[in-house]
Amino acid sequence: MYLATTGRRSDAPSRPAGTGRRVPGTVIALGTVSLVTDVSSEMVTAVLPLYLVLGLGLSPLQFGFLDGLFNGATALVRLLGGRLADHGGGRHRTVAGVGYLLSALSRLGLLLADGAAGGIAAALAADRLGKGVRTAPRDALISLSAPPESLGRAFGVHRAMDTTGALLGPLVAFAVLWATADAYDAVFAVSFATGLFGVLVLVLFVPAGTEPAAGTAAVAAAGSRPTGRRRNRALGDPVFRRVVTAAALLGAATIGDSFLYLLLQRGLDLPPLIFPLLPLGAAAGYLLLAVPAGRIADRTGRRIPFLCGHVALLAAYLTLMAPPGWPAAVLVLVLLAVFYAATDGVLMALAGPVLPLDGRASGLALLQTGQALARLVGAAGFGAAWTWCGPRPALAVAALALAAALVAAWRILPEREVS
Amino acid sequence: MKARSVVLIAAALVLLGGSLGYVLHARQRGGGQRLVAAESSFTLDEPGLYYRDTATGRVARSPGVPDGPSCVRFHAGGDRALCLRALPGTPARTQAVVYDRRFTELQTVTVPGIPNRARVSASGQLLSWTTFAVGDSYAAGTFSTRTSILDLRTGYLVKSVESIPLTVDGARYHAADVNYWGVNFAADDNRFYATVSTGGRTHLVEGDLRAWSARTLRDNVECPSLSPDGTRIAFKKKVSADPAAPWRLHVLELAGMREHPLAESRSVDDQAAWLDGETLGYALPAQEGKGTDVWSVPADGSGTPHLLVPGGSSPVTVPAASISPTTMRPRAEVDRARPDADVQPRGAEQARQLEVVDGRGDLVERGVARLDAEEGDEQGVGRTEDLLLGEVSLAAEDCAGSRSQPTKRQPNRWTRRNVTTPSVGRCGARALSM
Repeated sequence: MYLATTGRRSDAPSRPAGTGRRVPGTVIALGTVSLVTDVSSEMVTAVLPLYLVLGLGLSPLQFGFLDGLFNGATALVRLLGGRLADHGGGRHRTVAGVGYLLSALSRLGLLLADGAAGGIAAALAADRLGKGVRTAPRDALISLSAPPESLGRAFGVHRAMDTTGALLGPLVAFAVLWATADAYDAVFAVSFATGLFGVLVLVLFVPAGTEPAAGTAAVAAAGSRPTGRRRNRALGDPVFRRVVTAAALLGAATIGDSFLYLLLQRGLDLPPLIFPLLPLGAAAGYLLLAVPAGRIADRTGRRIPFLCGHVALLAAYLTLMAPPGWPAAVLVLVLLAVFYAATDGVLMALAGPVLPLDGRASGLALLQTGQALARLVGAAGFGAAWTWCGPRPALAVAALALAAALVAAWRILPEREVS
Repeated sequence: MKARSVVLIAAALVLLGGSLGYVLHARQRGGGQRLVAAESSFTLDEPGLYYRDTATGRVARSPGVPDGPSCVRFHAGGDRALCLRALPGTPARTQAVVYDRRFTELQTVTVPGIPNRARVSASGQLLSWTTFAVGDSYAAGTFSTRTSILDLRTGYLVKSVESIPLTVDGARYHAADVNYWGVNFAADDNRFYATVSTGGRTHLVEGDLRAWSARTLRDNVECPSLSPDGTRIAFKKKVSADPAAPWRLHVLELAGMREHPLAESRSVDDQAAWLDGETLGYALPAQEGKGTDVWSVPADGSGTPHLLVPGGSSPVTVPAASISPTTMRPRAEVDRARPDADVQPRGAEQARQLEVVDGRGDLVERGVARLDAEEGDEQGVGRTEDLLLGEVSLAAEDCAGSRSQPTKRQPNRWTRRNVTTPSVGRCGARALSM
C-alpha cells in the first residue's frame, strides 16, 4: 500500500488510469482515524460546557477562560507540528500519532481530574496541543499518499469522514448521558476508549509515512522535483507564496460562521432551539458535497472550485441581505456547505503538490495557520463593523471586501498547478 | 493485513467492553440527579430561608429536609416561585418552571442553554431567567447569555431582552456582542436592573419595561440585586484580572451613586440576594471539593461573612404570605405590550392568570391559563370551567380537571382589548388580568 501510493509520486507514469480512480487505502485509514477521533472529541466538546458549568459550578467567565486559554497557542503548535513532521525525512505518522494520543489521553485527564480546575485545564491544554500538532502532518500524509491528479477527491473523502465523526460525536454523547442519567465521567471514559481506538487504527493501518523508506523517498523527492525548488523554505517558493497570499486575502474577507448564523436567526426570528441546529445543517451539507467537490476540483483544477467556493460565500452574504424567509435560510446553509466543500480540502489539494515532499507538512501548517489568522482578523473586523454601523451595512462592507478579495485572488492564484 | 485486522478487532472489543462496563457502572451508581417534583407538604406558605440543596439538587427550607422540586437555580417572590432545570442531554436546554405557592406547575418555558440566573419580582408578577448559551459565541473562548422576562400579568414573554433599545453612556448603542444577565426587578414591577456586557466591559443597566428601553448607569457592575427598600444595589465588581478570583461584592447607594466593598473578601460569582434589609446571602464554592455553601454578610461593609447553609445555593427569603384576592390588579393595566419588542408574535405562549371561585365568590384556586395563539391550544392549569375571556371561551372538562379543550382560536392578543368579566357559576373562574 505504502509503496504503491507514497513511493511513486511525481515519477508514477506506470500507474494505470483505473487505479487513480480509487481512493488510496491510506486516505481511507486516515479518514477513519479522523472519524473516530472526531466522535471522541466532539462528544467531549458537546458535554464540556454542561459538565463545567452544571457539574462543577464553574462560572461562564472561568469556562470562557479555560476554553479560550489555549486557542491562540494552537496556531504556533501547528507550525511546530509541521516542522517536526518534516524534520529528518518525514515523521508524519509519528507526529500525527502523538497528537491523536495526546487528545485521547486528555479525556483520561478529564476523568482523573475529577473536577479539579488545574487538572481540567491541563487536560484541555493537552487536547488542544494534540489537535494543533496532528493537523498538518495528517494533511501532508494525505497529500503524499494520493496521486496528485486525484488529491481533491482524496481530501474530499477525508473531510467527509471527518465531518461524519463530528456529527456522530454529540449523538454518542447524548446516548451516554441518556443511559447514565447525566454521568459526565462516563462520556469521558467512552471518549477515551474511542480516542485510543483511533490511535490504534492509525498505528495499524496508516503506513509509517516516509520513515522506513525515508532515504528513498527524500532522495526521490529531491531528485524528481521538476522545478528543483528549495526544500524546507516553503515561503521562498513563489507559487506557494501566491497560494498563501490568496488564501489569507480571502480568509480576511470571511466574516465567521457564527455571525452568519446569528444574522439568520435575527432575520428569521428563529425559535431558539433551532439555533444550535444551523451549524449541523451546514455540516451535513458539507458532508454530502465534499467528495463531489473534490472530484470536480480534480477535473477542472483546484483554482476554479476554490474561487467558486468563495463566490458561494459571497452569494450567502447577499442572500442574507435579501428579505428573510425560510428559503433564504436554507439557501444560506447550502451555500455555506458549498463554500466549505469547495475550499477546505480543495485548498490542501491545491497547495500540496506545490510543496516539496519534505517540506509539505510545514508548508501546509503555514498555509492553515495563515488562513486561520486571516479569518480571525476577518471575524474581528466584521464584529467591529457591526458595532460601528449595524449588521446590514457591515454585511455590505463584508460582501464588497470579499468581492475585491476574489478579484485579487483570481489574479494571484497560479493559473496552472504544478503536479 | 490479517494480523492487523485481528489486533484491531480484539482492541475494539476490549475498548467497547470497557466503555460499556463504565457506562453500566455509571448507570448503576445513578449518574446525575433526576428531576423530582416537590412533596405535597412543601409550600411557600412558611416564611423563611429557601435554598437549593446541593446534595439532592432539590429546594429546601432552612432548617429542614429538601422536599422541594429539583432545580439548578431557584427564586421566589410574592406567590410565585421560579425554578430553572437543566434538561438532560445535549444540546443544553433549560426549563424555566413557574410555580404557585403550593408548587403546582403553572407554566414551563424551555430555552436553550445552561441555567444561570433566576429572579422573581417581589410581587411575583415578573420573572426573569438567564441561561448560558453555548455555541453562538462570536469568537472562540467567549460565552454568551440569553435572558428572558416573563410578565405573568400579561403572559408576555420576552424571549431575549437583547432586543431592548439600549443607551450606553447617553448614546444609542448597537452591537452584536451585547449580552444581558442577572435581571432584578424593582417594587413597581416596571423598572429592572441588569448586567449588560459589550466590548469587554460590563455595565449596570436600568431598564423600563413599559417604555421598553434601557440605559447604562455605571461600569463594572455584574449581577445587580436591588435592596428591598429600593435604595441600594448589591453587585459583584471585577477587582482583579486573576481569573481565579476576579470579583468582590459591593453595595451601591443609588442616591449619590457611592459604592463600598463588603466584608466578604473572597471572590463571589453569584447574584447576591437580600435576605433582609441589611443582610446579603450568596453562594461560594464549598471548602471541600464540589458544590457551594450559602454565606451571608452585612450589607453595610461591616462584620464578617457567616456560613449560613453548608451545601446550598440560590438563597431566597420568603416572607409570610400576604396575598389576598383584593390585591388583584385592575383590568385596565393590561395592554402594555409593545409589538416592536421581541415578543413572540407568532405562536406565542400567553398566560392568563385565573382565579377560580365558588358560587359565593370565594377564592378556590388561582392558576394560569396558557393560550397559544397559533395552535389555538388553550390549557387551563388549575380548576377552570366555562371561563369567558372576551371572545375566548375555555371549557374545562370538569371543575377539578387539569386541562381544558381548545374551543376557539385565540385572536391576536395585541388587538384584543375588551375583556368581559366572566360569569361566575358554581365553580367558575374569572380573569385577574389579561
